[in-house]
Amino acid sequence: MRAEGIAKPRLTREQIAQRAALELPDGAYVNLGWGIPNLIAGHLPKGITVYFHSENGILGMGPRAKPGEEDFDQVDAMKVPVTLIPGASFFHQADAHLMTRGGHLDVAVLGGFQVSEKGDLANWKIPGAKGPGGIGGAMDIAAGAKILIVCMEHSTKDGAPKIVKRCTYPLTALECVDTIVTDLAVIDVKPEGLLLREVAPCWSAEEVQALTGAPLIVRRQIPEMSFA
Amino acid sequence: MKKKVYASLDEAVADIPDGAQIMVGGFGGAGFPNNLIQALARKGAKNITAVSNNCGTRDGELGIMFKNNQIKHVIAAFPGPHANHFLERFAAKEVTLELVPQGILCERIRAAAAGLQGFYTTVGVGTEVAAGKEERVLEGHRCILERPIHADYALIKAQTADELGNLTYRLAARNFNPVMAMAAKTTIAEVEEIVPTGAIHPEHVVTPAIFVHRIVQAKGLRYAG
Repeated sequence: MRAEGIAKPRLTREQIAQRAALELPDGAYVNLGWGIPNLIAGHLPKGITVYFHSENGILGMGPRAKPGEEDFDQVDAMKVPVTLIPGASFFHQADAHLMTRGGHLDVAVLGGFQVSEKGDLANWKIPGAKGPGGIGGAMDIAAGAKILIVCMEHSTKDGAPKIVKRCTYPLTALECVDTIVTDLAVIDVKPEGLLLREVAPCWSAEEVQALTGAPLIVRRQIPEMSFA
Repeated sequence: MKKKVYASLDEAVADIPDGAQIMVGGFGGAGFPNNLIQALARKGAKNITAVSNNCGTRDGELGIMFKNNQIKHVIAAFPGPHANHFLERFAAKEVTLELVPQGILCERIRAAAAGLQGFYTTVGVGTEVAAGKEERVLEGHRCILERPIHADYALIKAQTADELGNLTYRLAARNFNPVMAMAAKTTIAEVEEIVPTGAIHPEHVVTPAIFVHRIVQAKGLRYAG
């Protein structure tokens, strides 16, 4: 632990994505946000088909297009040229967000700056940052997904907890997050509070709690994260 | 019948006055009517209110119009990481911004197109975008009232037009274009090719000709970033 001067290994961003990928059911329609969530597509377990949605009007995105095969009219929300899988479709932006807002997506995975113990999410603007920030599709997605997973580091670069009692950053949506996957833990947001489901290898529930800004409910021996 | 096909980009935007409210399609570098934007930059219309997902990619997309200080107010969802000209004008308080959640931006545009005076949504409740908006509880959910966004002109990018104005789009370059095309008093479409009326199969038409007032052919421009 930091307090003891020993740097314990935390999950990498790819490992966070790998763990989060296990939350996606076969056949699900899924939107992946910027940052760590975007890495999830590369970690789908074998035999699982997921229809990735992009808010610019694509369902059924496959992997990033190979160099030389890019079509810049076929990009994801991060402007990356992508491929399509069989059964893919195009539609306009209003229908794309009808899908996000209307509860049609099975799972959405977003990045986060802060998540509160009630599942409030702040992920679009850092106070004091230059410029006006950008909401993009995050508010529609957060408000409408059947299941919303947030992938983020457990602490800020300065060591402050990102899971907090109350968000101090500008909010994206209230009480919208179902599950948080971090470099230290998997946590479910329940009506009674934050339920610790798994911890990263070598971490204990107490150590994770010490780096979390809101109380964690620990009901049993907490298993280590599995990655397959 | 009034001919919709214009011979030049400059002619297609020639009557856009100072102070106009203009929607501009495009997302992620795809589907931007960059030739029309540049024609409007050449024309030099001032005090424009722009409605678009983002605020330019360096000199590209709306960037050139921020560079020229032609835009006084912009309604957008995501100004973007390469919107340097916008950011400079914004910091200098030469342009104001209304930041709108992206799907709500679409839906407010669609409300204008559909003749609706607004709608209630859970999106944005409890956030900065709820400021000053009527709030009520509907079906057990806190909701805010969102109002339509109208436009004098929409500048859109499509792939193919027939001479009547029916449009098709290419891949994900569709994005905001069909929605904006329906909402403006005058919709101007920049297209890669113009074909005779009837050459687009009726089942393949995405934007019906009723929404399209001017068509101009131009080779699409794209800005990396």
